[in-house]
Amino acid sequence: MVKKIFGQIYIWLILIIMYLPILILMAFSFTDAVYVGQWNGFTFDLYPRLFQNQEIMIALGNTLIIALVSALVSTLLGTTGAIGAFYSKKWFRKTIDSLTQIPIVNAEIVMALSLTILFVFMGQYIFQTQLFSFWTLLIGHVVLSLPFVYISVKPKLQQMDPSLYEAALDLGATPRTALRKVLLPEILPGVLSGFLLSITLSLDDFIISAFTRGTGLLNGEANIETLSTLIQATIKKRPVPPEMRALTTIIFLVVAVAVVLVSLYRFYQSKHKKSHAQERMGR
Amino acid sequence: MKSNDLALRAPKTKKPHLVLFKRKYLCIPYTVFLVLFIIIPIILIVYYAFSDDTGAFSFDALVGFFTTWTKINVLFISIFIALQTTLICLLIGYPLAYFLADKKVNKNVVLVTLFIAPMWINFVLRTGATRDLLTWMNINGGNYPYLATLIGMVYNYLPFVILPLYTTMLKLDKSQIEASYDLGANPFQTFIKNILPQSLPGIVSAITMTFMPTMSSYVISDTLSEGKITLLGNYIYLDFSNTAWNDGSFMALIMLVIVGISMLFTKNNEKVDSKGGASW
Repeated sequence: MVKKIFGQIYIWLILIIMYLPILILMAFSFTDAVYVGQWNGFTFDLYPRLFQNQEIMIALGNTLIIALVSALVSTLLGTTGAIGAFYSKKWFRKTIDSLTQIPIVNAEIVMALSLTILFVFMGQYIFQTQLFSFWTLLIGHVVLSLPFVYISVKPKLQQMDPSLYEAALDLGATPRTALRKVLLPEILPGVLSGFLLSITLSLDDFIISAFTRGTGLLNGEANIETLSTLIQATIKKRPVPPEMRALTTIIFLVVAVAVVLVSLYRFYQSKHKKSHAQERMGR
Repeated sequence: MKSNDLALRAPKTKKPHLVLFKRKYLCIPYTVFLVLFIIIPIILIVYYAFSDDTGAFSFDALVGFFTTWTKINVLFISIFIALQTTLICLLIGYPLAYFLADKKVNKNVVLVTLFIAPMWINFVLRTGATRDLLTWMNINGGNYPYLATLIGMVYNYLPFVILPLYTTMLKLDKSQIEASYDLGANPFQTFIKNILPQSLPGIVSAITMTFMPTMSSYVISDTLSEGKITLLGNYIYLDFSNTAWNDGSFMALIMLVIVGISMLFTKNNEKVDSKGGASW
Protein backbone atom coordinates (compact mmCIF):
# COMPACT_ATOMS: atom_id res chain seq x y z
CA MET A 1 0.00 0.00 0.00
CA VAL A 2 2.80 2.38 0.94
CA LYS A 3 4.53 1.37 -2.28
CA LYS A 4 1.42 2.12 -4.28
CA ILE A 5 0.95 5.61 -2.81
CA PHE A 6 4.64 6.43 -3.15
CA GLY A 7 4.72 5.13 -6.73
CA GLN A 8 1.65 7.12 -7.72
CA ILE A 9 3.04 10.31 -6.18
CA TYR A 10 6.38 9.78 -7.94
CA ILE A 11 4.75 9.15 -11.34
CA TRP A 12 2.52 12.23 -11.15
CA LEU A 13 5.30 14.44 -9.78
CA ILE A 14 7.63 13.64 -12.70
CA LEU A 15 4.76 13.97 -15.16
CA ILE A 16 3.92 17.48 -13.87
CA ILE A 17 7.59 18.55 -13.91
CA MET A 18 7.96 17.24 -17.46
CA TYR A 19 4.98 19.20 -18.71
CA LEU A 20 5.67 22.34 -16.65
CA PRO A 21 7.54 24.39 -19.32
CA ILE A 22 4.94 23.67 -22.00
CA LEU A 23 2.01 24.29 -19.66
CA ILE A 24 3.45 27.62 -18.55
CA LEU A 25 4.05 28.68 -22.14
CA MET A 26 0.43 27.73 -22.89
CA ALA A 27 -0.87 29.69 -19.90
CA PHE A 28 0.97 32.78 -21.09
CA SER A 29 -0.49 32.41 -24.57
CA PHE A 30 -3.56 34.16 -23.17
CA THR A 31 -1.76 37.41 -22.42
CA ASP A 32 0.19 39.60 -24.84
CA ALA A 33 3.19 40.25 -22.57
CA VAL A 34 6.67 40.07 -24.11
CA TYR A 35 8.10 37.79 -21.39
CA VAL A 36 6.82 34.68 -19.71
CA GLY A 37 6.18 35.65 -16.09
CA GLN A 38 4.68 39.02 -16.94
CA TRP A 39 0.85 39.07 -17.04
CA ASN A 40 -0.87 41.86 -19.00
CA GLY A 41 -4.43 40.69 -18.50
CA PHE A 42 -6.39 37.95 -20.27
CA THR A 43 -6.72 38.16 -24.04
CA PHE A 44 -7.07 35.94 -27.11
CA ASP A 45 -5.15 38.47 -29.23
CA LEU A 46 -2.13 36.21 -29.79
CA TYR A 47 -4.14 33.69 -31.81
CA PRO A 48 -5.21 36.01 -34.65
CA ARG A 49 -1.71 37.48 -34.54
CA LEU A 50 -0.26 34.00 -35.04
CA PHE A 51 -2.32 33.40 -38.18
CA GLN A 52 -1.46 36.85 -39.55
CA ASN A 53 2.25 36.26 -39.00
CA GLN A 54 3.46 35.45 -42.53
CA GLU A 55 6.88 34.19 -41.44
CA ILE A 56 5.42 31.54 -39.14
CA MET A 57 2.71 30.50 -41.59
CA ILE A 58 5.25 30.07 -44.41
CA ALA A 59 7.50 28.01 -42.14
CA LEU A 60 4.53 25.88 -41.09
CA GLY A 61 3.61 25.30 -44.74
CA ASN A 62 7.20 24.35 -45.65
CA THR A 63 7.43 21.97 -42.69
CA LEU A 64 4.22 20.17 -43.66
CA ILE A 65 5.16 19.90 -47.35
CA ILE A 66 8.62 18.51 -46.59
CA ALA A 67 7.26 16.09 -44.00
CA LEU A 68 4.64 14.72 -46.38
CA VAL A 69 6.86 14.47 -49.48
CA SER A 70 9.85 13.00 -47.64
CA ALA A 71 7.65 10.50 -45.81
CA LEU A 72 6.10 9.37 -49.10
CA VAL A 73 9.52 8.97 -50.76
CA SER A 74 10.98 7.16 -47.73
CA THR A 75 8.02 4.83 -47.48
CA LEU A 76 8.23 3.91 -51.15
CA LEU A 77 12.01 3.42 -51.16
CA GLY A 78 12.12 1.73 -47.75
CA THR A 79 9.28 -0.69 -48.45
CA THR A 80 10.58 -1.79 -51.85
CA GLY A 81 14.07 -2.00 -50.34
CA ALA A 82 12.89 -4.21 -47.49
CA ILE A 83 10.96 -6.53 -49.84
CA GLY A 84 13.88 -6.74 -52.26
CA ALA A 85 16.46 -7.40 -49.56
CA PHE A 86 14.23 -10.01 -47.93
CA TYR A 87 14.16 -12.10 -51.12
CA SER A 88 17.85 -11.61 -51.95
CA LYS A 89 20.75 -13.90 -51.11
CA LYS A 90 21.72 -14.08 -47.47
CA TRP A 91 25.03 -12.21 -47.70
CA PHE A 92 23.34 -9.35 -49.57
CA ARG A 93 20.49 -9.12 -47.07
CA LYS A 94 22.94 -9.08 -44.15
CA THR A 95 24.96 -6.31 -45.82
CA ILE A 96 21.89 -4.18 -46.45
CA ASP A 97 20.71 -4.81 -42.88
CA SER A 98 23.94 -3.56 -41.38
CA LEU A 99 24.21 -0.61 -43.78
CA THR A 100 20.71 0.39 -42.70
CA GLN A 101 21.88 0.40 -39.08
CA ILE A 102 24.52 3.08 -39.76
CA PRO A 103 22.24 6.14 -39.92
CA ILE A 104 20.22 4.85 -36.97
CA VAL A 105 23.17 4.69 -34.58
CA ASN A 106 25.08 7.58 -36.11
CA ALA A 107 24.83 11.06 -34.62
CA GLU A 108 22.44 13.23 -36.61
CA ILE A 109 24.92 16.07 -36.93
CA VAL A 110 27.56 13.75 -38.42
CA MET A 111 25.08 12.60 -41.06
CA ALA A 112 24.09 16.20 -41.73
CA LEU A 113 27.71 17.31 -42.14
CA SER A 114 28.61 14.33 -44.33
CA LEU A 115 25.65 15.02 -46.64
CA THR A 116 26.55 18.72 -46.79
CA ILE A 117 30.11 17.83 -47.74
CA LEU A 118 28.79 15.48 -50.43
CA PHE A 119 26.67 18.27 -51.91
CA VAL A 120 29.56 20.75 -51.72
CA PHE A 121 31.88 18.21 -53.34
CA MET A 122 29.44 17.29 -56.11
CA GLY A 123 28.66 20.97 -56.71
CA GLN A 124 32.34 21.79 -57.04
CA TYR A 125 33.61 18.90 -59.12
CA ILE A 126 30.65 17.42 -60.98
CA PHE A 127 27.83 19.93 -61.50
CA GLN A 128 29.97 23.11 -61.31
CA THR A 129 27.15 24.88 -59.52
CA GLN A 130 25.74 25.39 -56.06
CA LEU A 131 23.41 22.47 -55.30
CA PHE A 132 21.60 23.49 -52.11
CA SER A 133 17.85 23.69 -52.77
CA PHE A 134 14.60 22.00 -51.86
CA TRP A 135 15.96 18.78 -53.38
CA THR A 136 19.01 18.56 -51.11
CA LEU A 137 16.74 19.23 -48.13
CA LEU A 138 14.41 16.47 -49.33
CA ILE A 139 17.32 14.02 -49.67
CA GLY A 140 18.42 14.93 -46.14
CA HIS A 141 15.00 14.18 -44.71
CA VAL A 142 14.74 10.91 -46.65
CA VAL A 143 18.14 9.82 -45.27
CA LEU A 144 16.79 10.61 -41.80
CA SER A 145 13.64 8.48 -42.03
CA LEU A 146 14.43 5.80 -44.63
CA PRO A 147 16.11 3.29 -42.25
CA PHE A 148 13.14 3.49 -39.89
CA VAL A 149 10.74 2.52 -42.68
CA TYR A 150 13.03 -0.41 -43.53
CA ILE A 151 13.16 -1.69 -39.95
CA SER A 152 9.41 -1.38 -39.46
CA VAL A 153 8.59 -3.29 -42.67
CA LYS A 154 11.21 -6.05 -42.16
CA PRO A 155 9.56 -7.85 -39.19
CA LYS A 156 6.23 -7.96 -41.06
CA LEU A 157 7.95 -9.78 -43.93
CA GLN A 158 9.48 -12.25 -41.50
CA GLN A 159 6.11 -12.92 -39.88
CA MET A 160 4.40 -13.50 -43.21
CA ASP A 161 3.57 -16.99 -44.41
CA PRO A 162 6.03 -17.47 -47.33
CA SER A 163 3.77 -19.92 -49.16
CA LEU A 164 1.07 -17.26 -49.66
CA TYR A 165 3.08 -15.60 -52.42
CA GLU A 166 3.89 -18.94 -54.07
CA ALA A 167 0.25 -19.94 -53.90
CA ALA A 168 -0.76 -16.73 -55.69
CA LEU A 169 1.76 -17.49 -58.45
CA ASP A 170 0.50 -21.07 -58.73
CA LEU A 171 -3.03 -19.77 -59.09
CA GLY A 172 -1.93 -17.75 -62.10
CA ALA A 173 -1.12 -14.32 -60.68
CA THR A 174 1.79 -12.46 -62.25
CA PRO A 175 4.58 -11.54 -59.79
CA ARG A 176 3.40 -7.91 -59.84
CA THR A 177 -0.19 -8.82 -59.03
CA ALA A 178 0.97 -11.20 -56.32
CA LEU A 179 3.07 -8.43 -54.78
CA ARG A 180 0.21 -5.94 -54.87
CA LYS A 181 -2.64 -8.20 -53.83
CA VAL A 182 -0.99 -10.70 -51.52
CA LEU A 183 2.26 -9.33 -50.15
CA LEU A 184 1.34 -5.67 -49.71
CA PRO A 185 -1.80 -6.23 -47.59
CA GLU A 186 0.25 -8.51 -45.31
CA ILE A 187 2.95 -5.93 -44.61
CA LEU A 188 0.67 -2.86 -44.65
CA PRO A 189 0.73 -2.24 -40.87
CA GLY A 190 4.53 -2.03 -40.99
CA VAL A 191 4.42 0.30 -44.00
CA LEU A 192 1.93 2.58 -42.26
CA SER A 193 3.89 2.77 -39.03
CA GLY A 194 7.02 3.51 -41.06
CA PHE A 195 5.17 6.33 -42.81
CA LEU A 196 3.95 7.86 -39.54
CA LEU A 197 7.41 7.57 -38.00
CA SER A 198 8.88 9.33 -41.04
CA ILE A 199 6.44 12.20 -40.64
CA THR A 200 7.24 12.66 -36.94
CA LEU A 201 11.00 12.52 -37.57
CA SER A 202 10.76 15.08 -40.35
CA LEU A 203 8.52 17.46 -38.38
CA ASP A 204 10.91 17.45 -35.44
CA ASP A 205 14.17 17.75 -37.34
CA PHE A 206 16.42 20.76 -36.97
CA ILE A 207 20.04 19.77 -37.73
CA ILE A 208 19.53 18.12 -41.12
CA SER A 209 17.27 20.97 -42.29
CA ALA A 210 19.74 23.63 -41.13
CA PHE A 211 22.62 21.94 -42.96
CA THR A 212 21.08 20.82 -46.24
CA ARG A 213 18.52 23.52 -47.02
CA GLY A 214 18.77 25.99 -49.88
CA THR A 215 16.39 28.45 -51.43
CA GLY A 216 12.92 27.52 -52.60
CA LEU A 217 9.48 26.29 -51.57
CA LEU A 218 7.22 28.92 -49.97
CA ASN A 219 10.25 31.08 -49.15
CA GLY A 220 10.94 31.64 -52.85
CA GLU A 221 14.32 33.28 -53.35
CA ALA A 222 15.20 33.16 -49.65
CA ASN A 223 16.55 30.19 -47.71
CA ILE A 224 13.85 27.65 -46.83
CA GLU A 225 12.71 28.06 -43.23
CA THR A 226 11.03 25.17 -41.46
CA LEU A 227 9.34 25.62 -38.09
CA SER A 228 12.42 24.28 -36.33
CA THR A 229 14.93 26.54 -38.07
CA LEU A 230 12.66 29.59 -37.73
CA ILE A 231 12.06 29.03 -34.01
CA GLN A 232 15.76 28.34 -33.44
CA ALA A 233 16.73 31.57 -35.19
CA THR A 234 14.23 33.63 -33.18
CA ILE A 235 14.92 32.11 -29.75
CA LYS A 236 18.71 32.16 -30.10
CA LYS A 237 19.00 35.38 -28.12
CA ARG A 238 15.41 36.28 -27.17
CA PRO A 239 12.62 34.51 -25.26
CA VAL A 240 9.98 32.62 -27.24
CA PRO A 241 8.01 35.28 -29.19
CA PRO A 242 4.39 35.79 -28.00
CA GLU A 243 2.83 34.35 -31.18
CA MET A 244 4.87 31.16 -30.77
CA ARG A 245 3.23 30.67 -27.38
CA ALA A 246 -0.13 30.50 -29.15
CA LEU A 247 1.43 28.04 -31.63
CA THR A 248 2.60 25.86 -28.71
CA THR A 249 -0.97 25.69 -27.40
CA ILE A 250 -2.27 24.64 -30.81
CA ILE A 251 0.43 21.97 -31.32
CA PHE A 252 -0.22 20.71 -27.79
CA LEU A 253 -3.94 20.38 -28.49
CA VAL A 254 -3.26 18.47 -31.73
CA VAL A 255 -0.94 16.08 -29.86
CA ALA A 256 -3.50 15.70 -27.06
CA VAL A 257 -6.23 14.77 -29.56
CA ALA A 258 -3.81 12.27 -31.14
CA VAL A 259 -3.06 10.72 -27.74
CA VAL A 260 -6.78 10.41 -26.96
CA LEU A 261 -7.46 8.79 -30.34
CA VAL A 262 -4.58 6.34 -29.96
CA SER A 263 -5.72 5.40 -26.46
CA LEU A 264 -9.30 4.92 -27.61
CA TYR A 265 -8.11 2.77 -30.50
CA ARG A 266 -6.01 0.60 -28.16
CA PHE A 267 -8.89 0.34 -25.70
CA TYR A 268 -11.23 -0.72 -28.50
CA GLN A 269 -8.70 -3.25 -29.79
CA SER A 270 -8.11 -4.86 -26.40
CA LYS A 271 -11.91 -5.07 -25.82
CA HIS A 272 -12.31 -6.62 -29.24
CA LYS A 273 -9.64 -9.22 -28.49
CA LYS A 274 -11.19 -10.00 -25.12
CA SER A 275 -14.65 -10.55 -26.56
CA HIS A 276 -13.15 -12.81 -29.23
CA ALA A 277 -11.33 -14.80 -26.58
CA GLN A 278 -14.54 -15.10 -24.55
CA GLU A 279 -16.44 -16.32 -27.59
CA ARG A 280 -13.86 -19.02 -28.15
CA MET A 281 -13.97 -19.98 -24.49
CA GLY A 282 -17.76 -20.22 -24.71
CA ARG A 283 -17.50 -22.63 -27.58
CA MET B 1 7.11 -22.89 -90.88
CA LYS B 2 5.85 -19.62 -89.53
CA SER B 3 2.73 -21.04 -87.96
CA ASN B 4 4.81 -23.80 -86.40
CA ASP B 5 7.08 -21.18 -84.86
CA LEU B 6 4.15 -19.37 -83.34
CA ALA B 7 2.77 -22.57 -81.94
CA LEU B 8 6.09 -23.26 -80.27
CA ARG B 9 6.22 -19.81 -78.79
CA ALA B 10 2.66 -19.65 -77.57
CA PRO B 11 3.04 -21.40 -74.21
CA LYS B 12 6.05 -19.27 -73.43
CA THR B 13 4.22 -15.94 -73.49
CA LYS B 14 3.60 -16.19 -69.75
CA LYS B 15 7.28 -16.37 -68.95
CA PRO B 16 8.80 -12.99 -69.95
CA HIS B 17 7.48 -11.38 -66.77
CA LEU B 18 9.65 -13.67 -64.68
CA VAL B 19 12.71 -12.74 -66.67
CA LEU B 20 12.07 -9.00 -66.54
CA PHE B 21 10.95 -8.83 -62.97
CA LYS B 22 12.32 -10.51 -59.87
CA ARG B 23 11.41 -9.52 -56.35
CA LYS B 24 14.99 -8.88 -55.40
CA TYR B 25 15.28 -6.18 -58.07
CA LEU B 26 13.02 -4.04 -55.88
CA CYS B 27 16.06 -3.52 -53.71
CA ILE B 28 18.05 -1.66 -56.36
CA PRO B 29 16.81 1.93 -55.74
CA TYR B 30 17.19 1.48 -51.98
CA THR B 31 20.75 0.16 -52.32
CA VAL B 32 21.73 2.94 -54.71
CA PHE B 33 20.31 5.54 -52.33
CA LEU B 34 22.16 4.03 -49.33
CA VAL B 35 25.48 3.97 -51.15
CA LEU B 36 25.11 7.44 -52.63
CA PHE B 37 23.84 9.31 -49.59
CA ILE B 38 25.14 7.34 -46.62
CA ILE B 39 28.28 5.41 -47.58
CA ILE B 40 29.93 7.90 -49.93
CA PRO B 41 29.34 10.87 -47.57
CA ILE B 42 31.05 8.98 -44.75
CA ILE B 43 34.01 8.19 -47.02
CA LEU B 44 34.13 11.88 -47.90
CA ILE B 45 34.24 12.76 -44.19
CA VAL B 46 37.33 10.58 -43.80
CA TYR B 47 38.86 12.14 -46.94
CA TYR B 48 38.21 15.72 -45.79
CA ALA B 49 39.47 14.96 -42.28
CA PHE B 50 42.88 14.04 -43.71
CA SER B 51 43.30 16.68 -46.38
CA ASP B 52 43.76 20.45 -46.52
CA ASP B 53 41.95 23.24 -48.40
CA THR B 54 43.59 22.29 -51.69
CA GLY B 55 42.53 18.66 -51.33
CA ALA B 56 46.09 17.39 -50.75
CA PHE B 57 46.75 14.77 -48.06
CA SER B 58 47.51 16.37 -44.71
CA PHE B 59 47.48 15.75 -40.97
CA ASP B 60 46.69 19.41 -40.18
CA ALA B 61 43.27 18.74 -38.64
CA LEU B 62 44.63 15.85 -36.56
CA VAL B 63 47.63 17.80 -35.30
CA GLY B 64 45.43 20.85 -34.74
CA PHE B 65 43.05 18.84 -32.61
CA PHE B 66 45.65 17.31 -30.31
CA THR B 67 47.64 20.52 -29.85
CA THR B 68 44.75 22.94 -29.29
CA TRP B 69 43.54 22.86 -25.71
CA THR B 70 40.11 24.33 -26.54
CA LYS B 71 39.34 21.51 -28.98
CA ILE B 72 40.27 18.74 -26.54
CA ASN B 73 38.27 20.63 -23.95
CA VAL B 74 35.19 20.48 -26.20
CA LEU B 75 35.55 16.70 -26.31
CA PHE B 76 35.95 16.40 -22.52
CA ILE B 77 33.03 18.69 -21.71
CA SER B 78 30.85 16.78 -24.19
CA ILE B 79 31.72 13.43 -22.63
CA PHE B 80 31.25 14.83 -19.13
CA ILE B 81 27.84 16.39 -19.74
CA ALA B 82 26.71 13.29 -21.67
CA LEU B 83 27.70 11.05 -18.73
CA GLN B 84 25.91 13.31 -16.27
CA THR B 85 22.76 13.54 -18.39
CA THR B 86 22.65 9.77 -18.90
CA LEU B 87 23.14 9.11 -15.20
CA ILE B 88 20.48 11.61 -14.06
CA CYS B 89 18.02 10.35 -16.68
CA LEU B 90 18.58 6.76 -15.50
CA LEU B 91 18.20 7.73 -11.83
CA ILE B 92 14.88 9.47 -12.55
CA GLY B 93 13.67 7.12 -15.28
CA TYR B 94 14.49 3.72 -13.74
CA PRO B 95 12.15 3.93 -10.73
CA LEU B 96 9.58 5.65 -12.91
CA ALA B 97 9.60 2.83 -15.47
CA TYR B 98 9.47 0.31 -12.62
CA PHE B 99 6.38 1.92 -11.10
CA LEU B 100 4.71 2.36 -14.48
CA ALA B 101 5.17 -1.32 -15.31
CA ASP B 102 4.12 -2.56 -11.84
CA LYS B 103 0.47 -3.59 -12.01
CA LYS B 104 0.12 -2.97 -8.26
CA VAL B 105 1.02 0.70 -8.68
CA ASN B 106 -0.28 1.64 -12.09
CA LYS B 107 -2.88 0.01 -14.31
CA ASN B 108 -3.25 2.96 -16.67
CA VAL B 109 -1.55 2.49 -20.04
CA VAL B 110 -2.48 6.03 -21.11
CA LEU B 111 -0.03 7.36 -18.49
CA VAL B 112 2.84 5.75 -20.40
CA THR B 113 1.69 7.46 -23.60
CA LEU B 114 1.64 10.76 -21.70
CA PHE B 115 5.32 10.36 -20.82
CA ILE B 116 6.19 9.87 -24.49
CA ALA B 117 3.80 12.51 -25.89
CA PRO B 118 6.19 15.48 -25.40
CA MET B 119 8.35 13.95 -28.14
CA TRP B 120 5.61 14.93 -30.60
CA ILE B 121 5.87 18.63 -29.76
CA ASN B 122 8.57 20.35 -31.81
CA PHE B 123 11.77 19.94 -29.84
CA VAL B 124 13.14 23.42 -30.58
CA LEU B 125 9.90 24.85 -29.22
CA ARG B 126 10.21 22.65 -26.13
CA THR B 127 13.76 23.87 -25.60
CA GLY B 128 12.53 27.45 -25.84
CA ALA B 129 9.80 26.70 -23.31
CA THR B 130 12.36 25.19 -20.93
CA ARG B 131 14.56 28.24 -21.24
CA ASP B 132 11.67 30.64 -20.60
CA LEU B 133 10.75 28.73 -17.45
CA LEU B 134 14.37 28.60 -16.26
CA THR B 135 14.81 32.31 -16.96
CA TRP B 136 11.69 32.98 -14.92
CA MET B 137 13.25 30.95 -12.09
CA ASN B 138 16.44 32.99 -12.59
CA ILE B 139 18.50 30.01 -13.79
CA ASN B 140 19.44 31.46 -17.16
CA GLY B 141 22.43 31.12 -19.44
CA GLY B 142 23.90 34.30 -17.98
CA ASN B 143 24.01 32.96 -14.41
CA TYR B 144 24.33 29.20 -14.67
CA PRO B 145 25.03 28.16 -18.28
CA TYR B 146 26.13 24.62 -17.33
CA LEU B 147 23.22 23.92 -14.98
CA ALA B 148 20.70 25.29 -17.48
CA THR B 149 22.14 23.10 -20.26
CA LEU B 150 22.10 20.01 -18.04
CA ILE B 151 18.46 20.58 -17.06
CA GLY B 152 17.54 21.08 -20.71
CA MET B 153 19.27 17.83 -21.70
CA VAL B 154 17.51 15.84 -18.99
CA TYR B 155 14.17 17.35 -20.00
CA ASN B 156 14.72 16.36 -23.60
CA TYR B 157 16.12 12.84 -23.19
CA LEU B 158 14.01 11.55 -20.30
CA PRO B 159 11.27 10.11 -22.58
CA PHE B 160 13.97 8.24 -24.56
CA VAL B 161 15.11 6.59 -21.32
CA ILE B 162 11.65 5.80 -20.00
CA LEU B 163 10.48 3.95 -23.13
CA PRO B 164 13.14 1.17 -23.39
CA LEU B 165 13.24 0.76 -19.59
CA TYR B 166 9.46 0.42 -19.45
CA THR B 167 9.41 -2.28 -22.16
CA THR B 168 12.04 -4.37 -20.35
CA MET B 169 10.31 -3.85 -16.98
CA LEU B 170 7.13 -5.31 -18.48
CA LYS B 171 9.06 -8.49 -19.27
CA LEU B 172 10.57 -8.89 -15.77
CA ASP B 173 10.17 -12.47 -14.58
CA LYS B 174 8.07 -12.05 -11.42
CA SER B 175 8.61 -15.62 -10.23
CA GLN B 176 12.38 -15.10 -10.15
CA ILE B 177 11.90 -12.09 -7.89
CA GLU B 178 9.55 -14.03 -5.62
CA ALA B 179 12.02 -16.92 -5.54
CA SER B 180 14.72 -14.49 -4.48
CA TYR B 181 12.58 -13.33 -1.53
CA ASP B 182 11.66 -16.90 -0.63
CA LEU B 183 15.31 -17.83 -0.52
CA GLY B 184 15.88 -15.15 2.09
CA ALA B 185 17.22 -12.18 0.14
CA ASN B 186 16.26 -8.73 1.36
CA PRO B 187 14.81 -6.13 -1.05
CA PHE B 188 18.24 -4.57 -1.63
CA GLN B 189 19.89 -7.90 -2.48
CA THR B 190 16.97 -8.85 -4.70
CA PHE B 191 17.33 -5.58 -6.56
CA ILE B 192 21.10 -5.86 -7.06
CA LYS B 193 21.24 -9.58 -7.87
CA ASN B 194 17.98 -10.11 -9.72
CA ILE B 195 16.00 -7.06 -10.90
CA LEU B 196 19.03 -5.09 -12.09
CA PRO B 197 20.57 -7.90 -14.21
CA GLN B 198 17.14 -8.69 -15.65
CA SER B 199 16.64 -5.10 -16.77
CA LEU B 200 20.17 -4.65 -18.12
CA PRO B 201 19.18 -4.74 -21.84
CA GLY B 202 16.80 -1.85 -21.20
CA ILE B 203 19.52 0.12 -19.40
CA VAL B 204 21.96 -0.42 -22.27
CA SER B 205 19.50 0.76 -24.91
CA ALA B 206 18.56 3.73 -22.70
CA ILE B 207 22.24 4.69 -22.52
CA THR B 208 22.67 4.47 -26.29
CA MET B 209 19.54 6.59 -26.73
CA THR B 210 20.92 9.42 -24.56
CA PHE B 211 24.72 9.39 -24.56
CA MET B 212 25.54 10.06 -28.21
CA PRO B 213 22.66 12.48 -28.87
CA THR B 214 23.70 14.54 -25.82
CA MET B 215 27.31 14.79 -26.98
CA SER B 216 26.28 15.85 -30.44
CA SER B 217 23.36 18.11 -29.59
CA TYR B 218 23.45 21.64 -30.85
CA VAL B 219 20.14 23.40 -30.18
CA ILE B 220 19.85 22.59 -26.48
CA SER B 221 23.34 23.68 -25.46
CA ASP B 222 23.31 26.71 -27.75
CA THR B 223 19.93 27.97 -26.54
CA LEU B 224 20.12 27.20 -22.84
CA SER B 225 23.70 28.28 -22.23
CA GLU B 226 23.29 31.26 -24.55
CA GLY B 227 26.29 30.07 -26.53
CA LYS B 228 28.57 29.75 -23.50
CA ILE B 229 28.92 25.97 -23.57
CA THR B 230 30.45 24.39 -26.67
CA LEU B 231 29.80 20.69 -27.20
CA LEU B 232 30.93 18.60 -30.17
CA GLY B 233 27.66 19.42 -31.93
CA ASN B 234 28.11 23.16 -31.45
CA TYR B 235 31.67 22.92 -32.67
CA ILE B 236 30.71 21.12 -35.86
CA TYR B 237 27.91 23.63 -36.44
CA LEU B 238 30.42 26.47 -36.08
CA ASP B 239 32.72 24.79 -38.60
CA PHE B 240 29.75 24.41 -40.93
CA SER B 241 28.88 28.13 -40.65
CA ASN B 242 32.52 29.03 -41.38
CA THR B 243 32.70 26.43 -44.19
CA ALA B 244 35.73 24.94 -42.43
CA TRP B 245 35.08 21.49 -43.90
CA ASN B 246 38.41 19.87 -42.97
CA ASP B 247 38.26 20.79 -39.30
CA GLY B 248 34.56 19.91 -39.08
CA SER B 249 35.16 16.56 -40.77
CA PHE B 250 37.85 15.65 -38.27
CA MET B 251 35.48 16.40 -35.36
CA ALA B 252 32.79 14.34 -37.10
CA LEU B 253 35.31 11.52 -37.54
CA ILE B 254 36.01 11.55 -33.81
CA MET B 255 32.30 11.23 -33.19
CA LEU B 256 32.09 8.36 -35.71
CA VAL B 257 34.85 6.57 -33.80
CA ILE B 258 32.98 7.04 -30.52
CA VAL B 259 29.80 5.68 -32.16
CA GLY B 260 31.80 2.68 -33.40
CA ILE B 261 33.20 1.97 -29.94
CA SER B 262 29.79 2.24 -28.30
CA MET B 263 28.34 -0.10 -30.95
CA LEU B 264 31.03 -2.68 -30.18
CA PHE B 265 30.15 -2.35 -26.51
CA THR B 266 26.42 -2.90 -27.06
CA LYS B 267 27.09 -5.81 -29.45
CA ASN B 268 29.27 -7.51 -26.84
CA ASN B 269 26.55 -6.93 -24.32
CA GLU B 270 23.98 -8.58 -26.58
CA LYS B 271 26.25 -11.59 -26.99
CA VAL B 272 26.73 -11.89 -23.24
CA ASP B 273 23.01 -11.53 -22.85
CA SER B 274 22.16 -14.29 -25.31
CA LYS B 275 24.83 -16.56 -23.81
CA GLY B 276 23.41 -15.88 -20.36
CA GLY B 277 19.99 -16.72 -21.71
CA ALA B 278 21.26 -19.98 -23.17
CA SER B 279 22.93 -21.06 -19.94
CA TRP B 280 19.67 -20.85 -18.01
